[in-house]
Amino acid sequence: MPILDVQNIEKHFGATRVLEDISFSLEQGQALAIIGSSGSGKTTLLRCLNFLETPNQGKILVNGETLFDADDPATQRESEVRKKRLHFGLVFQSFNLFPQYTALENVTLAPQLLVQERPDYKQNKKSLLEEIQREGRELLGKMGLSDRADHYPHQLSGGQQQRVAIARALALKPDILCFDEPTSALDPELTGEVLKVIRALAQQKTTMIIVTHEMAFARDVADQVIFMDEGVIVEQGPARQVIEAPREERTRQFLSRYSEN
Amino acid sequence: MLLSVSLTLLEGLVVTLELFALTLLFALPLGLVISFGSMSRCTPLRAVVKTIVWIIRGTPLMLQIMVVFYGPGLMFDLPLLPRFTAAVVTFVINYACYFSEIYRGGIQGVPVGQREAGLVLGMTRSQIFFKVTLIQVIKRIVPPMGNEFITLVKDTALVRVISVYEIIWMGESYIKKGMIWPLFYTAVFYLAISGILTLLLNWFERKMDYFK
Repeated sequence: MPILDVQNIEKHFGATRVLEDISFSLEQGQALAIIGSSGSGKTTLLRCLNFLETPNQGKILVNGETLFDADDPATQRESEVRKKRLHFGLVFQSFNLFPQYTALENVTLAPQLLVQERPDYKQNKKSLLEEIQREGRELLGKMGLSDRADHYPHQLSGGQQQRVAIARALALKPDILCFDEPTSALDPELTGEVLKVIRALAQQKTTMIIVTHEMAFARDVADQVIFMDEGVIVEQGPARQVIEAPREERTRQFLSRYSEN
Repeated sequence: MLLSVSLTLLEGLVVTLELFALTLLFALPLGLVISFGSMSRCTPLRAVVKTIVWIIRGTPLMLQIMVVFYGPGLMFDLPLLPRFTAAVVTFVINYACYFSEIYRGGIQGVPVGQREAGLVLGMTRSQIFFKVTLIQVIKRIVPPMGNEFITLVKDTALVRVISVYEIIWMGESYIKKGMIWPLFYTAVFYLAISGILTLLLNWFERKMDYFK
């Protein structure tokens, strides 16, 4: 059974159709890259998965459980959506770190709030919170940021901020980690450090969906690639095949424009 | 002479400061409520709130003081409010409307990405407001709020139109005795208060400097 199963997702904003009949699935431990030009609906698709947008049609299943069904309003109740979001993590293009918190606090804030909902929180408060702190530091360590734990976002470079954002998303142990153009807001010399971290996550078999404009990176890191254009999936397949030997004419055109740049 | 005048003016200053403090105490939270109204998704509510804000901001505060004090008696034969109470009520409503617009600007100025980051991390709406947005709003609104606070100190002088014995009234009372300087002397008290306020606001702004 795939960990993620997306069925016939459609999304329109007013009369503009942004996503049309999007279906794909993802196996545990695999990385999926979504490529395509700006405005092709990649970001909207990620936002649908994270319940930041509500699709007009379709279903989203994780581990066989229907998280969203456009025909079933019961799946769209706000109280439940909040829990369902936790199956997914999202790393934003613009980081969106909380400026008033240090790197470590950014990573630990959400786990600290969530742990309060546990029935044994009152009895074990101290050890639970210590555990969160420890895990937070460990995650920052994995991101190569041990010495930046007490820095505020404005004291960090873009690449460091994005790595904190990745640690923050990982802290909630999502089933599927989504990246929305994680390096697009970075200076070229800083993209490497972020890509390196994502590459390491792929090697540890983190299930990921990466929206990216870095074709070589997609080819090397992803297992599967989806090429989207004007809201539809034009081509999907093994990463190397789609990027090196695309079957569809539109994919070829898109990729050739990329290699020219 | 200077001492006795100073003591009399200080009596008025107490009234001025009471009005100042009570206005802030009630108008700061009320302004937040009004700002939520003016951002509501419910169109009729938003329209009503925006109309009220327009009327309050669009008419002189001095006129509002007189309407609140004399209006109920003249129009509906109701008993008059005590003068000081009428002054507080007017100031609270008036300043809450100004504050609401400052809050609205502050809240809408926080990037959407902050809210979305909170949502994606499984936070509730209230957790997002209190743990993420609020302090960013406060940081943003300190300078415009500071302006309003200092304006408020001086606006309190308007309540003399309904004979609340604040500091200007006290200063003016010396004119009957042939002395004009006590009235001018009141300026020193206003300067002292706005000086203290300025220092406090600068200190607070620096406190908020730890993040950007």
